[in-house]
Amino acid sequence: MAMNYSEKVMDHFTNPRNVGEIENASGCGTVGNAVCGDIMRVYLDIDDDGVIQDAKFKTFGCGAAIATSSMATMLVKGKTVQQALEITNKAVMEALDGLPPVKVHCSLLAEEAIHAALWDYAEKNGIHIEGLEKPVSDIGEHDHGHDHDEDEDDE
Amino acid sequence: MKQIYLDHASTTPVRPDVLDAMMPYFAEEFGNPSSIYPLGQTASDAVAEARATLASILGASAREVFFTSGGTEADNWAIKGFAHANAKKGKHIITSSIEHHAVLHTCEALEREGFEVTYLPVDEHGIVHPDTLKEALREDTILVSIMFANNEIGTIEPIAELAALTHEYGAVFHTDAVQAFAHEPIDVNELGIDMLSASAHKIYGPKGVGLLYVRKGIKVANLLDGGQQERGKRGTTENVPGIVGFAKAAELAWVELEPEHDRQLALRDHAIERILAEIPHAKLNGSWESRLANNVNFSFEFIEGEGMLLQLAARGICVSSGSACTSGSLDPSHVLLAIGLPHEIAHGSLRLTIGRSTTKEDVDFAIDSLATTLTNLRMMSPLYEDFKQGSVESVIEQFAADGFPYTN
Repeated sequence: MAMNYSEKVMDHFTNPRNVGEIENASGCGTVGNAVCGDIMRVYLDIDDDGVIQDAKFKTFGCGAAIATSSMATMLVKGKTVQQALEITNKAVMEALDGLPPVKVHCSLLAEEAIHAALWDYAEKNGIHIEGLEKPVSDIGEHDHGHDHDEDEDDE
Repeated sequence: MKQIYLDHASTTPVRPDVLDAMMPYFAEEFGNPSSIYPLGQTASDAVAEARATLASILGASAREVFFTSGGTEADNWAIKGFAHANAKKGKHIITSSIEHHAVLHTCEALEREGFEVTYLPVDEHGIVHPDTLKEALREDTILVSIMFANNEIGTIEPIAELAALTHEYGAVFHTDAVQAFAHEPIDVNELGIDMLSASAHKIYGPKGVGLLYVRKGIKVANLLDGGQQERGKRGTTENVPGIVGFAKAAELAWVELEPEHDRQLALRDHAIERILAEIPHAKLNGSWESRLANNVNFSFEFIEGEGMLLQLAARGICVSSGSACTSGSLDPSHVLLAIGLPHEIAHGSLRLTIGRSTTKEDVDFAIDSLATTLTNLRMMSPLYEDFKQGSVESVIEQFAADGFPYTN
């Protein structure tokens, strides 16, 4: 199926920003699963004032998954934890000039990956972040609305 | 940027000679083959000649060849048409789990009508074993439909053996030969094929035309009730230019079949050998021995297929993948799952199919680009990071440990 990606998506897929790892990250979160075909891992470096100084990611997934990871990490950089929490999948999509409908779940995964990294940060530091819920580790399942039972393997 | 087209199993360009053969039948010799004046007769003769050419390539007679709009229509017609005309003999049909959707979804439609369908499993190379067919055949089995060669992994099925077994049970054997017709030598009598589907656009002919071979004496319900075209079984004015183009394409392919087959096979093996030698965490999908000469299909671990395709496309390379992301569904290819691949590596598959214009330079450039692409994608893959740190195991290493050949 031909994918109609925006130029921004193609740009972020071809030249993804913030690829990599952060050693001794303040927070690190991984969401998705290999069975569904996408996994995102986000690393955050957060200073003592609760400002995100750096964000990095690694993603296993399609073009949209890589582009949304790139954009989401860009959007959270320089933000406070609270501001980062308010960055929704919609904001990521808008920043990328939209995604094809079948790829919307990638932006949800990116939002969830940021939340997972924030959750890890909060747990490590024993703090409570207002409005942050424990992330779903397997967003692939709840978003796709199905799991991969044996009998789903048939077309 | 130079475009390197390595997706010939998907479709092929129309050969210039084919286009030349078709051209007169659009505006000059535009007559309706059913008309009695000379203009109609010219068109009618062209269709008759095309039918005879295609029949001779199959070792069939002209009256056994019916034109269709393509491979999918031929599969639908063969399976539904035969089932509907022969339901009183039995309502059991056997096919395989790796068929094209044109066959699988047709069988599913018949199940909804009350037919019973057995989907045979395949081995890890995609081969339908005759003993599994033997076990599935029953008194009420009327039809067995097994593809000649698989469109994704290129596995060529043991058609003669499967057809012979089918006949022992008095059933009829259909094969979807869309990927094999005019690529592999196929004689319907030698192989015992009763019905066969083929398509023009896989052999450098035009899109929108195909054929169904039906052995004399086999009853198939009419597809389109209308005029007397296709002996009254598919009544619609013939696609004359398409039919002429189809026959021309088949004729040209037939003449060069052996040398071109061997040339593509050498390129295929070069590609497979290079990938196995140079790209880590790779596994060849399908059989190496019983394989179409133009098909290379690999799974690469720790990456997802769509990303790979997009990066290759950015380098001008057109290939395809069995990844869910490229199919519009959420599950990866049913063929890759049927040969036992876990979802993780089914998502990371790549199909590269060679054609008449493909050179060794093209193949080498594609593999060089593939190696770069995989390095890039693995660098950003959390799965690869986990593997490097030893916290996840390699699925492909497990395949190798289990004795599976052709892995790296």
